[in-house]
Amino acid sequence: MMDLDKIERDLMKEVSGVTGIPEGAYNFRVNGKSIGRHSSEKIDIIPKTDKSGIEIYVADGTKNEIAHIPVIISASGLEEAVYNDFYIGDNCEVTIIAGCGIYNCGASDSIHDGIHTFHVGKNSKVYYIEKHCGIGPGAKKILNPTTRLNLSENSCAELLLEQIKGVDSTRRLTEADLAKNARIVIKERLFTHGKQSADSKIVAELKGDGSSVDIVSRSVAQDYSRQKFCSQIIGAAKCRGHSECDAIIMHKAQVSAEPSLDAQNVDAELIHEAAIGKIASEQLIKLMTLGLSRRQAESQIINGFLK
Amino acid sequence: MLQIKGVSYKSILKGVSFSINAGDLIVITGPNGSGKSTLAKCIVGIEKIDSGELLFKGEDIREKSCTERARLGLAYSFQQPIHFKGVTVRDLLMIAAGNEKVDKYLKKVGLEPELYLDREINSSLSGGELKRIEIASVIARKAELYIFDEPEAGIDIWSFGNLIKVFKDMRKRQPNSAIVIISHQERIMKIANRIILLKDGKIALSGSADKVLPQLEKMQ
Ligand SMILES: Nc1ncnc2c1ncn2[C@@H]1O[C@H](COP(=O)(O)OP(=O)(O)O)[C@@H](O)[C@H]1O
Ligand SMILES: [Mg+2]
Repeated sequence: MMDLDKIERDLMKEVSGVTGIPEGAYNFRVNGKSIGRHSSEKIDIIPKTDKSGIEIYVADGTKNEIAHIPVIISASGLEEAVYNDFYIGDNCEVTIIAGCGIYNCGASDSIHDGIHTFHVGKNSKVYYIEKHCGIGPGAKKILNPTTRLNLSENSCAELLLEQIKGVDSTRRLTEADLAKNARIVIKERLFTHGKQSADSKIVAELKGDGSSVDIVSRSVAQDYSRQKFCSQIIGAAKCRGHSECDAIIMHKAQVSAEPSLDAQNVDAELIHEAAIGKIASEQLIKLMTLGLSRRQAESQIINGFLK
Repeated sequence: MLQIKGVSYKSILKGVSFSINAGDLIVITGPNGSGKSTLAKCIVGIEKIDSGELLFKGEDIREKSCTERARLGLAYSFQQPIHFKGVTVRDLLMIAAGNEKVDKYLKKVGLEPELYLDREINSSLSGGELKRIEIASVIARKAELYIFDEPEAGIDIWSFGNLIKVFKDMRKRQPNSAIVIISHQERIMKIANRIILLKDGKIALSGSADKVLPQLEKMQ
């Protein structure tokens, strides 16, 4: 596929599932440049002229289309801030597969800041999948994603935000503004190990009656890694908000969770749940009585938890 | 198959001795807190005994972990089913069976595979459902000694008769295995070839169903 070496191809596959030229619209960004771009009949991808990034226009009524926009960095020391804006028309149902993989074998840190802004039209549904991963023995792999969503009336967004492994440092910000009857589901999966740090903040403002948010964050922190999770649900209308943050802490890791609820309307129903703890020993024991070793049982529980 | 000799654990078990032979179906009964679950946990290695001997097919298993004992052929169905986050019914049964053909184990405990296989084993399932899944995970083991800890608890809709049939079936199909059931139910005791009454960490009574059942009735 294209002009990628094996490491780049593997990373591309890991973060976006892309193994060749996909159907539909796509933009492949490798080491700061687009190495392949294609617009489909309904989805237009146009490079920005004032700064790095692309604008993606999805025509009204577009259904069952997928756009792939993965990013790969394999040049050590590359630092970039990329602005991608999505304009999704009315009555659409589309999937956006983003994702960023960094390979670093050099002496300088590689950094990707991805700022994604979504304008989702009325009655539209968007699925957004973003996987992050870092590999290579070199300096730091740093990923700072910002995702902002403006959800119009009756629209819906489902986000799957996943950090698989190898990201040394991340600052994640996810912000959503919801109009009447809009809905957002945010699933976050974070895995940190070694001396990594991860900071995630999710802010949902429920401005329209009938709007709702469901945040489910699951994370595993191993070794000396540190995680901070902060969710803020602001209910300014007759709305429903739910946030659930669950973390497994292992070894010498540190995890903090700060869920906050802000009800500004008597009909706002907001709930948060947060739990941090080590793997429950009875779960390990149950799997060991089925013949798994302690290590096997641990990885079964962690992999299942982050699935 | 398993020799339990003078087993003591904390102040809960006080010198428990009995043997389990291939083909046995033994019911252990006794008041709450008498040490039945603790005894089972000592046998499968969840708890380490303080004194006494545990010989499985002649081999001393005292120092073996519960993983090793499971691999040797010991299986235990927990009294309180364990909840997981992220482990599905299918995952659990596949681990237990060591292969992917797990539908039959769910059917045996009266659960429809299509409805349950992909569900997470958590509190979204009812107590009775969790209990049946727990039982299924042990039936799925190719074990020599199966221990079921109060399998009847929480089993409501699924008829009791089915549960008894499961044990009878196992006994017929695996004549070289042994089954131990911790239970308060007379109907289960009736299918046992031996009943053991545990009281305050000691065996108070032991013998055939014919012999022990009338004595148990007298005690009540
Ligand atoms: N891990 C433990 N440490 C200390 N005491 C325990 C432990 N587990 C159970 N016990 C106590 O041991 C006694 C026997 O418990 P258990 O074996 O569960 O009884 P049974 O199954 O017969 O109802 C009870 O008094 C219980 O409170
Ligand atoms: Mg008990």
